[in-house]
Amino acid sequence: MSTTPHDPAAGSEHGDQHLGTDEELVTSDTMPEEFLPDGGVIETVAVDVADLHPELADAEQVAELVAPDRTIRAKVGEPLLQMQQVTMKFGGLTALDDVTFDIRRGEILGLIGPNGAGKTTCFNTMTGVYRPTTGQVVFDGRPLGRTKRNEITRLGIARTFQNIRLFSDMTALENVVVGTDARHRTSVPGAIFRSRRHRAEERDALDRGMALLEFVGIGRRATQQARNLPYGDQRRLEIARALATEPKLLCLDEPAAGFNPAEKEDLKGLIRKIRDDGYTVLLIEHDMRLVMGVTDRVVVLEFGRKIAEGLPAEVSADPAVIAAYLGVPDDATA
Amino acid sequence: MSTETTSTVAHLGIGDRFRLWWDALARPTQWAVGVPFIVLIALLPIIKPPVLTTVGTDFAGVLAQFGMYALLAIGLNVVVGQAGLLDLGYVGFYAIGAYTVGLLTSPDSPWNQTDSWLSQKWAWLFALPIAIAITAISGLILGSPTLRLRGDYLAIVTLGFGEIVRLLADNLTTITGGGRGLSRIAYPIVGVSESRPTGYFSAGNNQAPITSGVAWFWLSIVLIIVVLLVVGNLQRSRVGRAWVAIREDEDAAEIMGVPTFKFKLWAFLIGASIGGLSGALYAGQVQFVIPTTFNIINSTLFLVAVVLGGQGNKLGVILGAFVIVYLPNFFLGRTELFGIPINGNEIANYKYLFFGLALIVLLIFRPQGLFPARQKLLAYGREVYVAARRAALALTRPTSDETTGGSR
Repeated sequence: MSTTPHDPAAGSEHGDQHLGTDEELVTSDTMPEEFLPDGGVIETVAVDVADLHPELADAEQVAELVAPDRTIRAKVGEPLLQMQQVTMKFGGLTALDDVTFDIRRGEILGLIGPNGAGKTTCFNTMTGVYRPTTGQVVFDGRPLGRTKRNEITRLGIARTFQNIRLFSDMTALENVVVGTDARHRTSVPGAIFRSRRHRAEERDALDRGMALLEFVGIGRRATQQARNLPYGDQRRLEIARALATEPKLLCLDEPAAGFNPAEKEDLKGLIRKIRDDGYTVLLIEHDMRLVMGVTDRVVVLEFGRKIAEGLPAEVSADPAVIAAYLGVPDDATA
Repeated sequence: MSTETTSTVAHLGIGDRFRLWWDALARPTQWAVGVPFIVLIALLPIIKPPVLTTVGTDFAGVLAQFGMYALLAIGLNVVVGQAGLLDLGYVGFYAIGAYTVGLLTSPDSPWNQTDSWLSQKWAWLFALPIAIAITAISGLILGSPTLRLRGDYLAIVTLGFGEIVRLLADNLTTITGGGRGLSRIAYPIVGVSESRPTGYFSAGNNQAPITSGVAWFWLSIVLIIVVLLVVGNLQRSRVGRAWVAIREDEDAAEIMGVPTFKFKLWAFLIGASIGGLSGALYAGQVQFVIPTTFNIINSTLFLVAVVLGGQGNKLGVILGAFVIVYLPNFFLGRTELFGIPINGNEIANYKYLFFGLALIVLLIFRPQGLFPARQKLLAYGREVYVAARRAALALTRPTSDETTGGSR
């Protein structure tokens, strides 16, 4: 019997439909050893992480490896990030109007609002993509001012993107390692001469990278190219990459977009797991059930203004929030 | 056989198969295969294989030129292939490297140092690091304002830079000699003997077996290996990952903590110094520089070598450089090929037409280049890939056990 080689993606609309179960991944009994994966040509091979590092099989040890190792000035429960009267204008459009709220260390804060309410703008002012027109963002006791975006990441704010923006040509592991590089300092001379620090950092990057992939549940996809991952795994990989920068604050921009209810349930678990591991989480989300189920507090924006803030239960009972989301009945305005 | 197995993994080109075979070899085996292969390449101009040897020009000279183009392709590949910065004026760095050596060591130049304190014997070797340093600085000067631009805008600015360098060389007649160029540039004086009164590297050395071309070819092979090691180390480090991240999505890279501007500048600087190194080699080999060598067509040709070979793949672009240099020279002066009469000179004259057509065809059917390879970006990634290999094997073995069990 001869197996005919064929393009795995041929005739399918999505490359990832071929992934299926593990057993289907590699099934050629005639494949000589030398044609087996090495560096991502054959993308569909799963890595057994326990095979690589025995400790990665133990969830608790993984969590420990992933836990951030850094000093945060704010104590648990104290404000980690403060939005102080932030106004953001684009020409005549006021996207954020005098928005003030705190994110406290150790909590999961939900930021919700209808489309166009200014959630993502709010996010972008925090991460340095935009500079506020007036007001300021204070992070861990330090006003962000004109800090560069990559420095803000190194200060400890990491984010994911609403529309996935992975480095699609890199493998999953390499994507995460780019994140760990934010904490590394090797530059060109160190890399050329393979300095001691370079070698130590590369080791650390590999260990932490694998642990992070395992933490978000995609460890076995380490050697696959990011563009070939299924959609849900790409979202998870984005979270792993953001966590790799060892943030004090992790900002998730609509992480559940395009997820089915079961995947949303898994994501909820992951977000809680991240918080329990010592991270503070800011969650932008449309799905009210997810927000209400996972957050500790919620801030509601509408037309660039903060209209409510409080516990999920309080907020969802707030008439202003209900009006913003469901619209006010005609007879109420009459 | 009863079991129906479907292969979801094949679809390998020749290049892929070769790479997988190579990667699967143990390190000592790789050395055992690699070193004799390089030695064989190095001996080509001495062996002079029948069909391969060029007719119209000195085969060794062609290979020496290939060595320089290979260096250029490796350097340009850092900028274009790895960091994704389209540089159309790369020839500018080549020119600066060549002219630095020329200005320091040619008797025609006002800044000639060989009369006063620098002996002619060591002049080239002394000028080499200076040429590399000056091109690196010129890379910084070009990069620091222009690397804030992206994509097409960067391409236009670098195109202008290449032309500026050429026009300066053409018009600063008191310094560069203008269109007359600089002649009698220094070269390394090694192995002076009765039969070779000017040493191995002199352009006048045509004593077989080690002619001037062979000597320069060997020197460039050594330099290529050194540069490949440097570039390879960079690629499998934070720097290489930053470059690829910038190429893939610059904004996302910045937000993930990559100091994008700094690493783009590094890419430019490293690319420029390799270009300068190649330029210095060129100046030493032909002992003569004129501005027309550094025109825009040549700049495009370097880019063709990179695109043809496969952007991002260091070894691929070397093959690309080989195609660019060797093919026109292969046809030059040839009147018949395998018994078929051809007009080789005409074919060689139309080389730009053929390269243009080849590029269009390539970009339609194989946009990733002839020898694409996904570069490895982890210094200790091998163990992960070994684990992947093990996992794959573990999955294949039960299947084969079943089939053998079933057939008994």
